[in-house]
Amino acid sequence: MIALNRTDRSAIAQWWWTADRWLLAMVVSLIALGVLLSMAASPAVAERIGLEPFHFVYRQLTFVAPALLLILCISLLKLRDIKRLAVAIYIGGLALMILALFFGPEIKGAHRWLNLGPLTIQPSEFVKPAFTVLAAWMMTEGQRHPENALPSHVASALLFAMFAGVLVLQPDFGQTLLVCIVWGALYFMAGMPYRVLFGLVGLAVAGAVLAYLFVPHVTSRIDRFVDPDQGDTYQIERAIDAFEAGGLLGAGPAEGLVKLRLPDAHTDFILAVVGEEYGLLGCLLIAMLFLALVIRALWKSLSCVDPFARLASAGLAVLLGLQAVINMMVNLSLMPAKGMTLPFVSYGGSSMLALAVAVGFLIGLTRFRPAPRHLRRRPWAG
Amino acid sequence: MVQRPSFQHDGGAGAVTHKRIILAGVLFVAAFTVIAGRMIQLMGFEGEQDVRRNFAAPAPSAMAARADIVDRHGRQLATDLSVFTLYADAANVWDAGETVRALLGIFPELDGPALEARIASGRGRILIKRDLSPRQQAEVHALGMPGLSFDTEMRRVYPNGSAAAHVLGYVGTDHHGLAGIELSQDAVLGASAEPLALAIDLRVQHVLDDELAKSMAEFQAIGAAGIVMDVHSGEVVAMSSLPVFDPNNIGASPPEARFNSATLGVFEMGSTFKAFNTAMALDSGLIKIDDRFDARHPIPFGRFQIRDFHPQARWLTVSEIFEHSSNIGSARMAMVLGVDHQRQFLSSLGLLEPTRLEIPENGRPLAPANWSELSMMTISYGHGMSVSPLHTAAAISAMVNGGFYVDPTILRREPGSVLPRRRVISDETSAEMRRLMRLVVEQGTGSKADVEGYPVGGKTGTAEKPSNGGYARKALISSFVGVFPADAPEYLVFVMLDEPQPTPETFGYATAGWTAAPTTSHIVARIGPLLGIAPRRAPRDDDEHADAQGTGVAAMGEER
Repeated sequence: MIALNRTDRSAIAQWWWTADRWLLAMVVSLIALGVLLSMAASPAVAERIGLEPFHFVYRQLTFVAPALLLILCISLLKLRDIKRLAVAIYIGGLALMILALFFGPEIKGAHRWLNLGPLTIQPSEFVKPAFTVLAAWMMTEGQRHPENALPSHVASALLFAMFAGVLVLQPDFGQTLLVCIVWGALYFMAGMPYRVLFGLVGLAVAGAVLAYLFVPHVTSRIDRFVDPDQGDTYQIERAIDAFEAGGLLGAGPAEGLVKLRLPDAHTDFILAVVGEEYGLLGCLLIAMLFLALVIRALWKSLSCVDPFARLASAGLAVLLGLQAVINMMVNLSLMPAKGMTLPFVSYGGSSMLALAVAVGFLIGLTRFRPAPRHLRRRPWAG
Repeated sequence: MVQRPSFQHDGGAGAVTHKRIILAGVLFVAAFTVIAGRMIQLMGFEGEQDVRRNFAAPAPSAMAARADIVDRHGRQLATDLSVFTLYADAANVWDAGETVRALLGIFPELDGPALEARIASGRGRILIKRDLSPRQQAEVHALGMPGLSFDTEMRRVYPNGSAAAHVLGYVGTDHHGLAGIELSQDAVLGASAEPLALAIDLRVQHVLDDELAKSMAEFQAIGAAGIVMDVHSGEVVAMSSLPVFDPNNIGASPPEARFNSATLGVFEMGSTFKAFNTAMALDSGLIKIDDRFDARHPIPFGRFQIRDFHPQARWLTVSEIFEHSSNIGSARMAMVLGVDHQRQFLSSLGLLEPTRLEIPENGRPLAPANWSELSMMTISYGHGMSVSPLHTAAAISAMVNGGFYVDPTILRREPGSVLPRRRVISDETSAEMRRLMRLVVEQGTGSKADVEGYPVGGKTGTAEKPSNGGYARKALISSFVGVFPADAPEYLVFVMLDEPQPTPETFGYATAGWTAAPTTSHIVARIGPLLGIAPRRAPRDDDEHADAQGTGVAAMGEER
């Protein structure tokens, strides 16, 4: 990479000089941390379900190269091609999700997965970034052509409704909630008036209450969160045990004991393993990495000249940040259990590839693009 | 003024977007601050040690090892082995069903559904199985199931099975003694590392067990008891009570098998008591060995009559009364000395109090509360009061050992140690008793007790068992107490059969002379050599051979 010259006009060289290397560095760090932590968290799980100890570690490693390649390729795309790819992924992903409803194996009571040969993929993971990009596109189209504002609102609402609808059918309330918030955040950042915003928030709260009242699965989760003594709070309790066992500096790599009793130690509850083995310092490091990633991504979105690129990249930042926040809050018993992975860090091949798509979009959207001087803005200049 | 981008809408959407993206960033900072705060709260302050301890392997159980119990020659009678107890720490089991299914693969006897329900209930440490062998422990380890843990516990093992089971007793699941030496010496065994040496000689114990079991089978008795005692030191060299139990598996034995009839059971001893009556009479100085008593007619007493089993129907000397086991003569001898004298004498022989053997199972004799004239007469020939076989053995020892009552002991006494003994009869009376008891075996009711090379002296005792306020004619307690060598006794052998049945070989008799006496003979013949008693040279043709045998036996060695 050192060999790349500013005057080099090749695609790679241009990419290197225009892509945000800070974002890239943070994502690569998180992926590396994920591999490191999968060594701590997954052997216990693998042995428990009869696989060789480093099964998940190897699998995670085999996805690292494809993920990095995917980030590079997507971030090379022009804005127009990013939109096209997003459309393709959205349509393809949604189709696969619908397929999974009928043909996917039932895992923990939900049809979210599809077996594609050796790969088991969760199509909704890929639809999330594509949806974010498309929804941002629709909203900025509406702003650019106020006379067509209504159709663009309808289009974004349709995109949202279809995605959320299939998510509810799976059912996957955690993702539905995430998509709801991302969509709401996009509208919010696009400049939605506050009165509409509050109206939507009210609607969301009503929806949540309805879900609590009429969907048993949600009822039990909320009940368990509010009153831990009733029902099965095994993972949550073990996670708290793990954090407390870790203390300030942690028990040390591979010294964790509570992790042996955490069924989802390698996926949703990997933060608890970090807590036990690397302590408060390890957890704070991960939290700060995510915060830095989100802030850096939002910062970069502010400097985007193109309104679509700005909104879409901000939306992707919100998507990644929210997923991390929700996962951490669940781990820390600040929220009821959701079934959400910690981006890049949790084990999961299809999740890692989907995140690579998101990061590819993000870096591609925020690449420095020449623009007339009057359109270049300092991010901090309101 | 920088020109707003062309996408301006609704009074400057670009600026609004800009502000709101910053606002989103602020919200994220807030969310991450909450997260960091929660992390600090969980990890920075709360005690890490407590939680870790909960998940660490439980410390080895504090259950102390018990000292071994060995016989008088150091052979192991009871020892400790490490075994493992399997627990489930319910809170740490992550799938009760899977865990229980895996365990059933190793322990099919477990009650799967019940166990699963208990584990699934959530909290607490659930005991799954005790006494896992190291191999079973390894198998459970290999399951790799979280939440299973082991305690190392000590298991009491009795390598000789049921040998001396009633002496040893047994321990409970908490490794504390529940009976026998294990109970009485619980503190000693728990505190000491030194093995506890009993007076028991395992070889003699095996002979006693074996012969008693044979005779019990031969005479279809419902029970038997036996004691081998060192008449000088009071040490119990062997003690059996049949039926017996296996202290390794106490739960498998019926309660009656755990009853020690040799010490806890009290029985009317019958004619054996005539030895005490005779010694009392001779030792009083008021009655001489050749004094005669009228045994021509039964003695009427109220609605009772005192009769003889083998009526001689004549005047009998003291010697003849003992030899022919005359109830009438015995009663008349007692009448000379009176109630108080008899009670005092029996008391001096320890027959009115529980023995002080070092096990908890010491039976209290049943003596008449109102010691009447009639009581005195019946007690003189062994009816109307009940004592344990151990009482009898200890008191008979005093009759033949020179006149000392020694507190019987189950613990080994160092040779030469000061014995807890008291003189109860004179040396002369004791010599007379030895002669009389030898006479019983040479020409009286105990003739089947004799052994070539080991002259036995003794006394038969046959008592009808009390039943519904009277006596059951067919239900006998037949006993024989023998001492050998008769002229200078070293050991006493007591044999008692509970309800022996006559056989063709005994010509319809189930009395002591036909049942307990031959059993004693078999025992003496086998234990004499083991105990290092040189056989007396019998006048035989192959003198040389007998000599060689005698030397050989003596060379086997015994501390006395």
